[in-house]
Amino acid sequence: MNPFSTHAPRSLRGVIWMAVAVVVAASCLAVASLLPEGNLLHASAFVVSLAGKYLSYAMLALAVDLVWGFAGILTLGHAAFFALGGYAMGMYLMREIGARGVYGNADLPDFMIFLSWKSLPWYWWGSEHFIWAAVLVVAVPGLLAGVFGWLAFRSRVSGVYLSIITQALTYALMLAFFQNGLGFGGNNGLTDFKDILGADLHAPHTRAVLLVVTGVLLAASLLAARFVVGGRFGNLLVAVRDAESRTRFLGYRPEQAKLLVWVFSAMIAGVGGALYVTQVGIINPGEFAPANSIESVIWVAVGGRGTLCGAVLGAILVNMGKTLFTAWLPEFWLYGLGLLFICTTLFLPNGLMGLWRHARKPPPEEVTPEVADTQGDEA
Amino acid sequence: MTASLLLDMRDVSVTFDGFRAINSLSLALRPGEMRAIVGPNGAGKTTMMDIITGKTRPDTGTVRFQGHDLTRLDEPAIARLGIGRKFQKPTVFEALSVTENLLLSLKGVRSPFAVLMARMNAQERERIDHLLRLTRLEAVADQPAGGMSHGQKQWLEIGMLMGQEPELLLVDEPVAGMTDAETMATADLLREINRTRSVVVVEHDMDFVRALGVGVTVLHEGSVLAEGTLDAVSADPRVIEVYLGR
Repeated sequence: MNPFSTHAPRSLRGVIWMAVAVVVAASCLAVASLLPEGNLLHASAFVVSLAGKYLSYAMLALAVDLVWGFAGILTLGHAAFFALGGYAMGMYLMREIGARGVYGNADLPDFMIFLSWKSLPWYWWGSEHFIWAAVLVVAVPGLLAGVFGWLAFRSRVSGVYLSIITQALTYALMLAFFQNGLGFGGNNGLTDFKDILGADLHAPHTRAVLLVVTGVLLAASLLAARFVVGGRFGNLLVAVRDAESRTRFLGYRPEQAKLLVWVFSAMIAGVGGALYVTQVGIINPGEFAPANSIESVIWVAVGGRGTLCGAVLGAILVNMGKTLFTAWLPEFWLYGLGLLFICTTLFLPNGLMGLWRHARKPPPEEVTPEVADTQGDEA
Repeated sequence: MTASLLLDMRDVSVTFDGFRAINSLSLALRPGEMRAIVGPNGAGKTTMMDIITGKTRPDTGTVRFQGHDLTRLDEPAIARLGIGRKFQKPTVFEALSVTENLLLSLKGVRSPFAVLMARMNAQERERIDHLLRLTRLEAVADQPAGGMSHGQKQWLEIGMLMGQEPELLLVDEPVAGMTDAETMATADLLREINRTRSVVVVEHDMDFVRALGVGVTVLHEGSVLAEGTLDAVSADPRVIEVYLGR
């Protein structure tokens, strides 16, 4: 018996297909980028870095889908975790520049010399080690999510109030990171990276490897996410999403379940941010902008909420659309995005994945949980 | 004497915005007993359930269950002690299948990490099959709970309650909206359940209460007005005045 026959959205087969497709596509593009320039199949550095960006965004979307699609937490601040992961990686990349910076100081990044700092602040200690950066990439977003989630869920803050707090969180972080005194390069952020693990970041081979690594980590995150929501824990999250107080009377503590998935999700977003920075080459406070978080929610809505694969698909397709649209009619992109969101909500409540399932076989009696109905309070 | 009681509420009062919903209410239940609670709207029946299950904290008074002070515990802790509650409006997890609803209710795994690692074992499969038979939901086991009829949802919720293996079941208006045949079947089911567990039933339907054939407590304005057999309380002039005298 297939225990998940009632909700194909979480089907293991679909997730495996998507994971394989992502890795194969990333690998093909990586190989294509290494072909000689005259070759018909040659992929330019621009295309490779775009693809890397899309796949990093797909990890953010996956993170949003985990908490919004399954636990009903409409996060409007998830880009904060993405950006924190990006900054953690950016710190390491800054230290890799070493004495090749404008000021030629092997110990201090350029912006610190510009601020006349004499030594590294304590939180930059160890940032020259890649392993430490890799730890921070998941630990910092995880820790912030842990503290934030513990406070919010314990106080039973939910629904629109929680959304507003998440938005405030990312906004506050943006303002903080704009400060020069915080020690993260202020307005300009961290950039001018040269190497990663000794390999030249601008070399086609390095870029090709980074793209494949991004594809593999996205695939791994998809499978990990499927593991988390595929079994009984996923059922518990859905139960919490649709009738939270009912789960309490069964003896569950919904705040703990939410906290667990929330922290896990923040960690995935952090990894996405780290991969983003290596391929885009810059991280600045703009990544914390509330609009980024809201956009990531739209990707998930377009792809299909609560489906995992839909989040990945939505992130990639909407960002491809954004790339094309902004080249063509830059001032109208936001209107286009807004229209897309409205049309999705009105005509495709289950996103592209819903369309796909419908096209394959009309479900006999599909039950669609309402987007806004997270409160299952009994009288 | 107190030690032999399963549930012991004493002098419990609770006020909402100046309205005294429960007014020095005392209620005692022996192990294995089934009790019907009746009373007009606003008598405090649901608030009483809320107090027992930890949803509402009383202003004064004590509530003890097998020696545990329930006023200090929250809903999940009380549920884990062995008090199950069925709500008036059937509340099942609509996006999950009947089987998945039952699986979540089964006594045992509750901490989030344990739930994360849990896979259905043979024992759980057996428990679920038993509950499916008991609630006559075998045919719809893999269908989403949201697509079922009102009566089926009521039965599923009773099944979930059984899955928790509680010592005490609180059942709020189980036959509201049911046909006569369903009502009688539900009375049979509750009597069956009562063979191994204690039950408190809140109900308006007098035919149903009569079919249960158990002791009745009449609530009025947040306190106990009368207690005894249905015939005895029906004959009580005070009860007739506030409730049955139509």
